[in-house]
Formats: sequence, structure tokens, C-alpha cells
Amino acid sequence: MSDRLLVEARGLTKTYPARNGTPPFHAVKGIDFELARGEAFGFLGPNGAGKSSTMRMLAAISPVSSGSLSVLGLDPAGDGPEIRARIGVVPQDDCLDRELTVRENLYVYGRYFGLKKQMINERIVGLLAFAQLEEKADAQVEMLSGGMRRRLTIARSLINEPEILLLDEPTTGLDPQARHVLWERLYRLKHDGVTLIITTHYMDEAEQLCDRLVVMDGGKIVAVGSPRELIETNITREVLELRFPVNAHAQIGERIRDAALGERTEVLPDRVAVYADDGEEALAQVHAMSLEPITALVRRATLEDVFLKLTGRSLID
Amino acid sequence: MIATGWTLRRTGSLVERNALIYRRSLTPVLSSIVEPVLYLLSIGIGVGALVGKVAGVDVRYAAYVAPGILATTAMNAAFNQTCFAVFTRMKTDHSYDAIVPTPLSVADIALGEVLSAVISGLFASIGFVLVMLVLGLVVSPDILLAIPGTLLVGYAFAAGGLAVTTYMRDFSDFQFTQLVMLPMFLFATTFYPLTVYPHWLRPLIEILPLYQCIEILREPALGIFHWDILVAVIYLAVFGSLALALATRRLSRQLLA
Ligand SMILES: Nc1ncnc2c1ncn2[C@@H]1O[C@H](COP(=O)(O)OP(=O)(O)O)[C@@H](O)[C@H]1O
Ligand SMILES: [Mg+2]
Repeated sequence: MSDRLLVEARGLTKTYPARNGTPPFHAVKGIDFELARGEAFGFLGPNGAGKSSTMRMLAAISPVSSGSLSVLGLDPAGDGPEIRARIGVVPQDDCLDRELTVRENLYVYGRYFGLKKQMINERIVGLLAFAQLEEKADAQVEMLSGGMRRRLTIARSLINEPEILLLDEPTTGLDPQARHVLWERLYRLKHDGVTLIITTHYMDEAEQLCDRLVVMDGGKIVAVGSPRELIETNITREVLELRFPVNAHAQIGERIRDAALGERTEVLPDRVAVYADDGEEALAQVHAMSLEPITALVRRATLEDVFLKLTGRSLID
Repeated sequence: MIATGWTLRRTGSLVERNALIYRRSLTPVLSSIVEPVLYLLSIGIGVGALVGKVAGVDVRYAAYVAPGILATTAMNAAFNQTCFAVFTRMKTDHSYDAIVPTPLSVADIALGEVLSAVISGLFASIGFVLVMLVLGLVVSPDILLAIPGTLLVGYAFAAGGLAVTTYMRDFSDFQFTQLVMLPMFLFATTFYPLTVYPHWLRPLIEILPLYQCIEILREPALGIFHWDILVAVIYLAVFGSLALALATRRLSRQLLA
């Protein structure tokens, strides 16, 4: 493997063994990807896509079932402790020590990495500033808001100055304002040259943070590229979203589909989506059919639309 | 498997974490002393007033019973910690999800939890011995030898508790452990000598780990020494180590799925 590549996966598979009655489960079904130093790389997919399973294999805490995986040029099967010493992990749940203070959480984590007390205390100063938690340094974690806990979890994962930072759904469950603060912090890390691997089921998050991403569904990769490439190659520039009265919805939806407006029409349970490079023009055509939608919205196509097209399902159920 | 081997430094970092948590409150140590002290008062001193002396031992009944209850104190303090506290960390707090991605191995985690529990058992034991002292139930300075003995008691039951925890599905499953722990407390010669039992029953009692714990604590506490104490030492060391190996194996499968 070339030395620019930090991670290389070929035919990577995760199969959870059968357990009292349940058959073996194929969570990751042979995926290929690679990652260069300094990149922000994303796994976008709905719940159950196999994102966390992939992340756990990358962190050398879940054995690879088949295929090959190299992380930092090392083999997770044999060099687990060395890999883990050089990466940072933000698990899907915060898993903080709630009984301890913010500072103690950082301190304890540094000790796991064998860092000397003095070095940890030096790093804590910078990490508290990074996480904007200086005022909360001696507060018990129990007392923190969700956003603060998430920032602390990220600060904690940086205590060993990792070369790769793995973030599993970093903003799930946070309110919009807390998400923006967090994105801004992650942006800063990226700017400082930390390689980021992020999983998310939010397309806006993937668009905001990732230079390159894979779209995962049912344990497989269904598309690879930058957010822009994925949209350009898979979907039109704009989307026209129409809502009609519930009882007429299906029938009108069918009429619009038959009229073949734009490139493609999706009749979703709650709305009709017309994919067209010019949404306004498509709307004019709808009006020309003397249809009166309750609401009509023209917006830019997003990764959500890409996902819908590739898998026939929404990202968030 | 991915995580093998342990180092003192890595194991120590988990012990340090637990110490930071436990030093926040004395309540767990105090509460693990309250129950045994109540037994000591009600049975040792209360019932003891009716009993007189145990044949062949030249001390009052309460002084005879106290080291037995001391063994139970160390046992429960250590056992409860690797049972309830560790189970909570596994199932409720998901603490280990943040620890396995660090250089700590599962062996480090298992041993670290066991050592933390041993330390709790030691503190509870020291507290209980102080109560014995206040009540005038310390009859020999050799009781100082019983203190390191409680480390071994703690080790055996902390490791045993950790192994048990890997089989638990939810908190109510722990009621089954009480079905074993309570009868063992009552019948493993805590309150009377082995000679009370008929000959055929004695080996069944001697096989109980708590019996062996009482063996290594009662003799020094009463200022007696027999070589058979070494049997108990070996028994508990082997028992604890087998349980720790089993627990580590099963935890590996659960934490590194
Ligand atoms: N330890 C496990 N044992 C068995 N099945 C699992 C285990 N962990 C995850 N799975 C299953 O694997 C699938 C993918 O899970 P996961 O990787 O967590 O997906 P995601 O993070 O994308 O939501 C899910 O259907 C989940 O139920
Ligand atoms: Mg997940």
C-alpha cells in the first residue's frame, strides 16, 4: 500500500456469529475503500447500514470476518494496541464517566494511553479550550448538556493526539445549535490536519464535513464520491416537492409521473418529488396540467435524494 | 483474539479511574460494614451470651464468630463490586465502549476491575477489624496476618463475581447469586466449627470457597497456626485465577464482538 494511504479496506466483511437461536448476521458485506492522510471521509447510511460495525473494525476492537484491512499500515488483528494508541475514537454513545468531573474524565483517559500526569495536565488546558468547556472544567459530567458532553467526548478522544479520529454519529440527538457548534469544532480539527472518519445518517452533516464519502445501505457501499460528485452524477440539480390533498395524492402523483416532467418523479407517502434541472419550469408544467398543489417547493438536490434514488428508501425512517 | 496480555501500567490506570470514582463517597465502604456489624452484634454478642464458648477454643463466642464475619465482609464487598458495579458499567453506562478503543486490553480491564474490588474488600475489612477492636473482640495481635488474608478472600470473590457477571442477562438474574451467597454465609462455618456437621457432610462444606476464606482468617485472628492454612491459600489463589481466566475469556467475546 502506498504511504499516503492511511486506511485501506478490500472486501471487508463483518459477520456476527449465530447466538442462541439467531442465525449469523452479515452486517458488512465486502466493502472496499481507502483513505488518504488529511482527508475527511464519511460513511452515510441509515440505521443498520453497518456503519458502526465498520468503525469498530477500523478501531481494531472488532475482529475482521473476511477481506483485508490495514490501518496506519498496521494489521488490526495483530497490532491492535499499537493502532489504538495512534487513533482517537468517539463512540456512538458518549460513554463518559458521569460520576467524574470534566477534567477527571480527560485525565483518566490520558492515563489509559500511558501518558504522564504532567503531560496530561498540559494537554487538558488546550482540550478544555478546544471543547469550550473551561468554565465547566470542575463540573460533574452529570451536569452537562448533551452538546457539552459530545464536545467533551471529542476532546477526550484527542488526548493522545491521534493521527486518525473516528467519529460515530457525532451529532445524533443534538439540537441544531449544538450541531453547528460541533461542526465548527470538527472543521477546526480538519484544518489542523487531523484525518477524520465520520459516520452519519444526516445528509447535511455529510455535505458539511466530508471531502469524500461512501453511501452505505444493508452492509454494502452503493456509491462513492465527494458530496458534489454524488449529487451531480446521480441526480438533477433541483427538486420540486409538491403536496396534494391526502385523498387525491396517489392519483395525482401518478398523473405527474406519466407526464414525465423533468428526469424522474418519486411518489412518496407524503409528497411528490419531481427531479429536474430547472424546478421552476417543472412547476409551470404542473400548473399547465391545471393541478393546484397545496404547497410547492423548489430546492437544490441533496444527498438525501441521492440516497433515495440509489436505495429506494429514506435515510431517516 | 485481538486483546491479549496485561501490563501493570495499563491495569493500574483502570484501578486509578475506579479510585477516583470511589473516593467521592465513603458510603459504599460504610454500607458494606453495616450489615456484618449487625450480625456481629446480634449473633456474636447477643446469641453468644447464651452459647458460652466453642469447644477447643479458649475465647468468648463473639470473638470466635468475628473472623468468620470478617471473611464475609471481604467477600461481599469484593463480590458486589465486580457484580453490580461492573454489570452497571457494562449494560447501563457502557463505560467499556470508551475503554476498549484505548490500548487497554480486555485482560487489563478484567484484572483492573478485580484489583479495584480487592481494594474495596480491604478497606471494608480494615473497618470491620476496627469495630472488632472497639468491641474488645481482638484477642491476638496475629490478626494483623488476617489483613493480607482478606486480600486473598477479595481476590477469589472479585474474580468469581466478575465471571458470574458475564453470565447475567439483567439485574434480576443477580437474585440467583443470592441463592448461593446467603446459604454459604450461613453454613460455611461462620457461626460454628466444622465439627458440628456429621463426617459425611464435612467435605461438602470444606469445598465451599467461603469455608476456605474463613480458614485463612480465623486461625490468625485467634492466634492459632496450622499448616493446613496453606491449603486454603492455594485453594483461593487457584479459584480466583481460574475465575479470572474464565471472566476474561467471556468478556473478550462480549466487548470485542
Ligand atoms: N454485536 C452484534 N451482534 C449481532 N448483530 C449486531 C451486532 N452489532 C450490530 N449488529 C447488527 O448489525 C447491523 C448493523 O449494525 P451497525 O453496524 O450498528 O449499523 P449502523 O451503525 O449503520 O446503524 C444491525 O442490523 C445490527 O443489529
Ligand atoms: Mg451506528
